[in-house]
Amino acid sequence: MAKLSVNIGDLSLKNPVLTASGTFGYGEEFAPFIDLSRLGGYIIKGTTLEHREGNPYPRMVETPSGMLNAVGLQNKGVDYFIENIYPRIKDFDSRLIVNVSGARIEDYAETARRLAPLENVSAIEVNISCPNVKEGGMAFGTTATGAAEVTRAIRAVYPKTLIVKLSPNVTSIADIAKAVEAEGADSVSLINTLMGMSIDVERRRPHLSTVTGGLSGPAVRPVAVRMVWQVAKAVKIPVIGLGGIMNGRDAIEFMLAGATAVEIGTANFIDPAVTMKVIDFMKDYCTRHGIDDINDIIGEI
Amino acid sequence: MKQVLDFIIIQATRYNEMYSRLTLAPADGSKLPEIHPGQFVQVAVETPGVFLRRPISINDVDYDKNTIDLLIRKAGKGTASLISMKENDIINILLPLGNGFTTSASPSSRLMLIGGGVGVAPLLYLGRKLKETGHEVEFLLGARSGADVLELELFEKIGRVHISTEDGSMGEKGLVTCHSALNSDIDRIYCCGPAPMMKAVARIAKDRDIECEVSLENMMACGLGACLCCVENTVRGNVCVCTEGPVFNINLLNW
Repeated sequence: MAKLSVNIGDLSLKNPVLTASGTFGYGEEFAPFIDLSRLGGYIIKGTTLEHREGNPYPRMVETPSGMLNAVGLQNKGVDYFIENIYPRIKDFDSRLIVNVSGARIEDYAETARRLAPLENVSAIEVNISCPNVKEGGMAFGTTATGAAEVTRAIRAVYPKTLIVKLSPNVTSIADIAKAVEAEGADSVSLINTLMGMSIDVERRRPHLSTVTGGLSGPAVRPVAVRMVWQVAKAVKIPVIGLGGIMNGRDAIEFMLAGATAVEIGTANFIDPAVTMKVIDFMKDYCTRHGIDDINDIIGEI
Repeated sequence: MKQVLDFIIIQATRYNEMYSRLTLAPADGSKLPEIHPGQFVQVAVETPGVFLRRPISINDVDYDKNTIDLLIRKAGKGTASLISMKENDIINILLPLGNGFTTSASPSSRLMLIGGGVGVAPLLYLGRKLKETGHEVEFLLGARSGADVLELELFEKIGRVHISTEDGSMGEKGLVTCHSALNSDIDRIYCCGPAPMMKAVARIAKDRDIECEVSLENMMACGLGACLCCVENTVRGNVCVCTEGPVFNINLLNW
């Protein structure tokens, strides 16, 4: 049987399959369908310093081969997470990674600082790329200076594995990745959603309450694969690939483009057991191709 | 327990151009999970241009035959594909989802089940369950015209049926909120239908201090409480309709 384990900095994953933040709740929602302990890791809902109600309904619209969302980081805040949610989910035998979001650099850093002592949180993924919050969010992720500044502030207070999630809504994602790497990030994950928009022509109104939203699903996959390929060539730290992965074949595509691990996002909505199928496919793929170690295919292109 | 199962279509009844009823059984013969009235399913649609599952109310459940019924109205590409499905076709379903209606009530309560359009769907199974536990139920069904009144004979087997049609071609003319059946004392209203209708019914219930539950149809992606897309703004803030609903006591809603 092929070796599927991979490393993101100092963090070892039993296989390259992670779940994308915001598509997997806190993991518990999927317990009826999958064995969570089989996952390489699960990245949970974006967590902010303070409670956030998110954006008004409607927050979602289906689009060709995908969907737009404008949830706006609804969550109960980091303290609520630590007191009420963490104790429920900390003992799944898999890597728990918390996605951290914020409006101000101090908020990001403070949230990271409070998460750092939690023994079973293996890493944080810093979301500098959310298109659905008015202040902060993507604003930090669209310039190399902004991305570097947030990374530096978090690096100073967070000693464990630090992953920075990048926005595709930029001219050169490789430049942003390099800036983040230079400030000590252990890994970058990409892509977050592509900013999009959809209009109900009969009602002559935007479909989303926020007018614009984040596009996900297979519609974005070729863009994501291209960006992963570009970033993997530009940085030395491991790259985590995501964007419209619907099955094992898509996951392998990202790894060939340079991803060390992958995140499954929107596909969880259509098949809550998809992550298990991706892992099974990887095993089968390695057998069929005579691959002993899945690390051997990373960045083959 | 929530599960994803392939179902085979045992019977496909095309009521008219807009509506079909599908009777489905687990394809592998497994036993149906326990389903509460008001719960729903997420149906995978294998049609080009359709990406997400479609949430559909459970119209009826028959544990003896191990079948569920779905009443489906054509609203877009996904439901257009579903209403044209045929016997022996297989569809993949995620179920049972959501909370369901409150089915405990004192035996003497007067219970009014108000439905509009395809919103009548969950009231059939609800009415059957209430009747099984010794309650007398009354239905008040609203539609554009007599031709749009669905499953009348099924409702009539369970309780008394009042009808409102906008064109007056069946029952009383006008909206359900004007129907004379609402004039006498009612202890609890269960309501499912278009949002304006439910809001109007909720107003009457509030004015007259009648307990009232409504079933919301917010747009959904996952159906599992993970994506936070289908939220309703309530007195407890934004909550997921797919897990904390679809049924809400009107006192929780900011209507």
